[in-house]
Amino acid sequence: MAQHKINYLSEGGLPVALTTVDKLVQWGRSNSLWPMTYGLACCAIEMMATGGSRYDFDRFGTIFRASPRQSDVLIIAGTLTKKHSPFMRRLYDQMSEPKWVISMGSCANTGGMFNTYATVQGADRIIPVDIYLPGCAPRPESLQYALMLLQKKIRKEPASRKLKPKRLV
Amino acid sequence: MQKVNRLKPFFENLVFEREDNNMIINFGPQHPSSHGQLRLILELDGELVTRAIPDVGYLHRGMEKMAENMIYNEFLPTTDRMDYIASTSNNYGFALAVEKLIGLEVPRRAQIIRMMLLELSRLTSHLFWIATHALDVGAMTVFLYAFREREYAMDLFEEYCGARLTHSAVRIGGVPLDLPQKWLIHLMKFINDMPEAIETYEGLLDQNRIWKMRLEEVGVITPEMAQSWGCSGPMLRGSGIAWDIRKEEPYELYDEVEFDVPVSDRCDSYGRYKIHMQEMRESLKILKQLIPMYKETSPELMAHAPKYISAPKEQIMTQNYSLMQHFVLVTQGMRPPVGEVYVATESPKGELGFYINSQGDPYPYRLKLRAPSFWHTSILQELLPGQYLADVVTIIGNANIVFGEIDR
Repeated sequence: MAQHKINYLSEGGLPVALTTVDKLVQWGRSNSLWPMTYGLACCAIEMMATGGSRYDFDRFGTIFRASPRQSDVLIIAGTLTKKHSPFMRRLYDQMSEPKWVISMGSCANTGGMFNTYATVQGADRIIPVDIYLPGCAPRPESLQYALMLLQKKIRKEPASRKLKPKRLV
Repeated sequence: MQKVNRLKPFFENLVFEREDNNMIINFGPQHPSSHGQLRLILELDGELVTRAIPDVGYLHRGMEKMAENMIYNEFLPTTDRMDYIASTSNNYGFALAVEKLIGLEVPRRAQIIRMMLLELSRLTSHLFWIATHALDVGAMTVFLYAFREREYAMDLFEEYCGARLTHSAVRIGGVPLDLPQKWLIHLMKFINDMPEAIETYEGLLDQNRIWKMRLEEVGVITPEMAQSWGCSGPMLRGSGIAWDIRKEEPYELYDEVEFDVPVSDRCDSYGRYKIHMQEMRESLKILKQLIPMYKETSPELMAHAPKYISAPKEQIMTQNYSLMQHFVLVTQGMRPPVGEVYVATESPKGELGFYINSQGDPYPYRLKLRAPSFWHTSILQELLPGQYLADVVTIIGNANIVFGEIDR
């Protein structure tokens, strides 16, 4: 068996991990992403299933909050219509920085199968989107994977409060 | 337009005469317990609702217009997204309407598989209902338990058609696939496990003091009111009127299976809760009877009508004429005869009707959906006045409305 060469007690200190403030802050942020309960259509049912007993979203430190003021992630779960889009913009603006957006399902990504007069062809026309999650409706596993990708993305970002403005398509 | 210097609430198309000290509250369209994108404009006197105006249309996706530009088979997956909690019931309602229009006879095995899927989707819908309704009222535990059992039903769907939520497992003229091996064993296990689970929910809720206080005498719908507002399904049966389309105008093999229609005379939310619980048991009873019926059938799955339905895959691959027909049906679509049809089925939420007007083209001239939730939303304007603001959430949750089918 391999033996540790360093005797921490005799060297006069505990194990030390070296990191940067950026990484530490982003590590904390990425592990407590609180999404908003923002169900629009069918995908909301899968979002609820993800929060339900089998898939158990709480493992990722994600707890659904009913208020934009308390949430970090906006999961656009479902079809965004033109009538609803001002509300989504307002909710996004109400969220405090730092904030991220997951666009869940084909409808939120591109309008999906609903290429009609009433549907917004992609939620990224209204608010900037970080992760696009394909599927109609995506399975709970894929929503979890999207969240894990978002965590990865957050860990790479600087923790500085001055984030670069996100691009709107 | 709104005048900035006057403190008066502004809503599109709505004028409030405000002489008194009433308060106007905007509920939704994004509210955790509005079950989708329901927007209510409530006029309050203290905590009592004096006027309620439901505002729908936040999920209007133009489905009926889409249907006019799609061949019949192309439109079928769109019906999944109407009542997305029980999508098979929509697939089936549309397929049945087209079949009635053409005059197709569906093979017996396909009928039985359809009925199994319909009853399973009724179970998932009711489980979802009890989960979200209990969550709204404050019982988080029931949500977790009900979603656990709902996942088992989802597994059965997934094993059959590969999809969890949007199945498209019912086609015009039958079903595309036979049941996989061992599916019936898994179904039997589900049927055996479910009654215990339903007892668990009832054990948590039936005598629960908070649950009873929040549901009893809340949202009372008199039989006259239910009829005049066009209620159907559990909303109508909760008012003491035994009306179930599966019994009144049986479709598929509902006249061959034995089941009861639970009715409650309580007229309140608690009575409707009991009905939902009882209906789950009846669905299990139907599923149990279907298993031996399935075993006695011959293996045909799609109706034989070369003009409208493609031949089986082996035949397409071996016979030239079948291949030609398949090509025409895929590229041009089937052409039902001129005529119109209205077919109503009993979806988990109530009477789900499809009206199709065909001019002999591959596209419907007009398709209209009669969605039960739409009528159950409109009753809110008479149901909510006189109730407390806190009970609004209970009543909305109890009405089991889904916005995919209200706004289409």
